[in-house]
Amino acid sequence: MIAARPICDRVVPARTAWSHALYRGQILRIVDLEGQQAVDTLFYNLHDTAERYDAQRTLLAQRRAYLGTGSRIVSNDGNILATIVADTCGLHDTVAGACSCEANTVRFGHETRYMHACRENFLLELAKYDMTKRDIVANINFFMNVPVRPDGELTVVDGVSAPGAFVEIRAEMDLLCVISNCPQVNNPCNGFTPTPIRVVIRNGANR
Amino acid sequence: MTGASLDSLTPAQYRERYDALVRDARANAPLFGGTERRTAPSIPAEAIRSRDAIPAGWYWSARVARGTTLRILNTSGTPGIAAFFWSAHDPSERYCLGDTVKIQWSVRPSAGRVLLSDMGRVLASLVADSGCTHDTLLGGTIRDPGEAESARNTRDNLLLAAGKHGLGKRDLAPFVTFFAGVDTDSSGRFLWANAACAAGDFVDLRAEMDLIVALSNTPHPLAQTRVALGPIDAILWDGPALAPDDPCRTATVEARRAFKNTDALVRG
Repeated sequence: MIAARPICDRVVPARTAWSHALYRGQILRIVDLEGQQAVDTLFYNLHDTAERYDAQRTLLAQRRAYLGTGSRIVSNDGNILATIVADTCGLHDTVAGACSCEANTVRFGHETRYMHACRENFLLELAKYDMTKRDIVANINFFMNVPVRPDGELTVVDGVSAPGAFVEIRAEMDLLCVISNCPQVNNPCNGFTPTPIRVVIRNGANR
Repeated sequence: MTGASLDSLTPAQYRERYDALVRDARANAPLFGGTERRTAPSIPAEAIRSRDAIPAGWYWSARVARGTTLRILNTSGTPGIAAFFWSAHDPSERYCLGDTVKIQWSVRPSAGRVLLSDMGRVLASLVADSGCTHDTLLGGTIRDPGEAESARNTRDNLLLAAGKHGLGKRDLAPFVTFFAGVDTDSSGRFLWANAACAAGDFVDLRAEMDLIVALSNTPHPLAQTRVALGPIDAILWDGPALAPDDPCRTATVEARRAFKNTDALVRG
């Protein structure tokens, strides 16, 4: 059987944003082309964006700090938005959030105020759908390695995703997916060198 | 150093800057999170502005002016009191889970730490607590379809509290749960620590900007009870005058930078 042409297949350049509808049953594959690249990701109910990704409900559902194969991605209404159905990396974060110019001043010093950041990407991408800063909530950071230690310490450390590592997310309802391909260079989340990613959407098997 | 030059350092130079921050954070860590039990210091009667008992399962919200201290006194030992914070003047500025935990290098707020907004500013300082544990990661309960209509849950309470200030579902985001013992094992699994909190536990939160605060007296979702054990007290009071070496403001370089941003906002 010849695989059907993907619904979307494109390279998202380093430091830039991307968004796309993801219909129920479709599978989004995100490929970390060069390795160690954090992909900041938000999901919304396509038909009612007030229902959106909820990091705390997602962490509660699995009772573990890192996402991987089998993780259910849960909304603020307690519904399952999506499921991670494949993962060659094994460690994805949903605690540390997205970088911003303002947070950078506090984390890294006021000299970093005018460096590009994920929430700059999110604001512009969300504006296409008439959404604003109010709609930015704690997100998923695919391929970002953020250990939470027993003493409560949280640090961003070197990523473990090899070049070509990928994660596949199956939509369990019609979704809007918004991505910032993270531009941060002040911590190791992108190996100090932001790189491109590839996003591919395909129809899943009939269920 | 200008932004332009910072945009063009080598990876090794960026790593060197980051490693220095991690070293500082680990050196500072012992300043926070002491687990010795402390009883709530008494508040002079003339300092109290208001005192509300929040019944089991109910919520509370108020405007809290900069400089005012909110004491949450867990009279009944409810295992988990949820709290959310907005700027009173621009509620799009609100508590930010990611910034609060990554900037302070810890998922466990404790005395001496601060709660950060999404705009690099301090919403409130955690000036004192009883040595109990607070959770930032797992949130609260939500309506269970199998439950009686009268059962109460954290999510609906926070939505109601927001609603009383003209705010709605889009204005909510991950929140803090005080008095909730959540341990993390070496593989990242969350475990409930039942003994972490008890009746009489308290936190004192000093508003660092004019705030809207929402509280929900509903147990943490990992707690052994869905039903709060009794009322808790929300006390607004005038705390002691700010000392120049106030630990929340001065203990770390990150705190000093966050307060630089916060004080600039307040000065206008």
